[in-house]
Amino acid sequence: MSNYKVAENLAISETGFMFLPGTGETFTSNEIGKTIIRMIQNGDSNEKIIEAITKGYNVEPNSFEKDLSDFIHQLIQYNLAEEL
Amino acid sequence: MKIAVTGLNNVDNPGPGVPVIRGIKEEGRFDAEIIGLIYDALEPGAYMKEVSDRNYLIPYPSSGLDNLFERLAYIHQVEKIDVLIPTLDAELYGFAKLSSKLESIGIKTFLPTKEQLDLRAKDKLFKFCTDNDIKVPENILAASIQDLYSISSKFSYPVVVKGIFYDAYIANNLDDAVSAFHKINLKWGLPIIIQEFIQGDEFNVAALGDGTGKTVGAVGMRKLFITDKGKGWAGISIDDPVLISLSEKIIEKLNWKSGAELEFIKEKERNEYYLVEINPRFPAWVYLAVASGQNLPAALVDLALGNNVEKFSSYEVGKIFIRYSWDLITDINKFEQITVNGVLNNG
Repeated sequence: MSNYKVAENLAISETGFMFLPGTGETFTSNEIGKTIIRMIQNGDSNEKIIEAITKGYNVEPNSFEKDLSDFIHQLIQYNLAEEL
Repeated sequence: MKIAVTGLNNVDNPGPGVPVIRGIKEEGRFDAEIIGLIYDALEPGAYMKEVSDRNYLIPYPSSGLDNLFERLAYIHQVEKIDVLIPTLDAELYGFAKLSSKLESIGIKTFLPTKEQLDLRAKDKLFKFCTDNDIKVPENILAASIQDLYSISSKFSYPVVVKGIFYDAYIANNLDDAVSAFHKINLKWGLPIIIQEFIQGDEFNVAALGDGTGKTVGAVGMRKLFITDKGKGWAGISIDDPVLISLSEKIIEKLNWKSGAELEFIKEKERNEYYLVEINPRFPAWVYLAVASGQNLPAALVDLALGNNVEKFSSYEVGKIFIRYSWDLITDINKFEQITVNGVLNNG
């Protein structure tokens, strides 16, 4: 179960381009960001996200945990996600 | 069919005439010839042959409605105009007053009444909104510099200083407010509206009311690029049911009859919409509504003709307009035609 919820109607393309139809705002994210957002959309937990990213992208779980927290904080700041 | 349109001043603060015409032309049913009605010999739309077929200089309504009617009656004699669409704020009172006289000579319009225009006027908007439970920034009507001294007791700076028809400046202190007061007074006269500054993002809606309270169509837009005059130079269609239902409520409360642009600020803290302005005509970005699936200008022509018009149920979200400038080259004889004869034929 995810600890966060991605904004309703957020459209994210294969290139990581995001569009919030309600406000017209657009954002871009890199491949890892896109994967994280998609996993949150799927309802995956933080633990599962950390596991998938550290395995898939060769990053340290400890440092990534903080990066993930920062990234999610940014998503919340831009109204792209909210805490459940 | 011949459709006359004003507002061909496609300049850095463009009139809505050209996009209105573009929408009408794209609706093939009318097979319309477009008669441009212009106030200045250098209105760019008059020289764009894909926009207007013929153009006539007309006098400003401020020079007297009899003069204006006389000129329109002459143009009608030559052209046999079916529908006339004024698109500029400052001329609408005049055209609204002339609408029955125009109808009597066979020119159809689809305009708000003077009472409807009054209700949404910048100096009356606050009352309309509070009467109808619509959030609106507070304001002071300033008729003299003395009135500006009460700003700090009512609001905290910054405030928005607005003209009765056009122009708005953000004032960060009393000096700014005085300077904006003088600039606007010189151009548009009194009163000057001092409006509470709402922190947030601007959202606009292009809409069409059928005069019975029904909204025929409404398209929401967020500006993506804003010029130094505060005009949207690029924008995107958005999907916010709250914004659209609020717009429909406003159209209903006004029984609005014509095109309109509703301007809102979405307040940052509470995410609530504040109505900051109702412009009594389509916006210059109305072609975005057409491109998104709601041909509001064509629907207005249908309403003017008395045709049955179905309400638009949806529109495409994520459509973007990007305005651009383009140097149109023409010959001096075209300029001569309009300057000397008051007519420019693009045929």
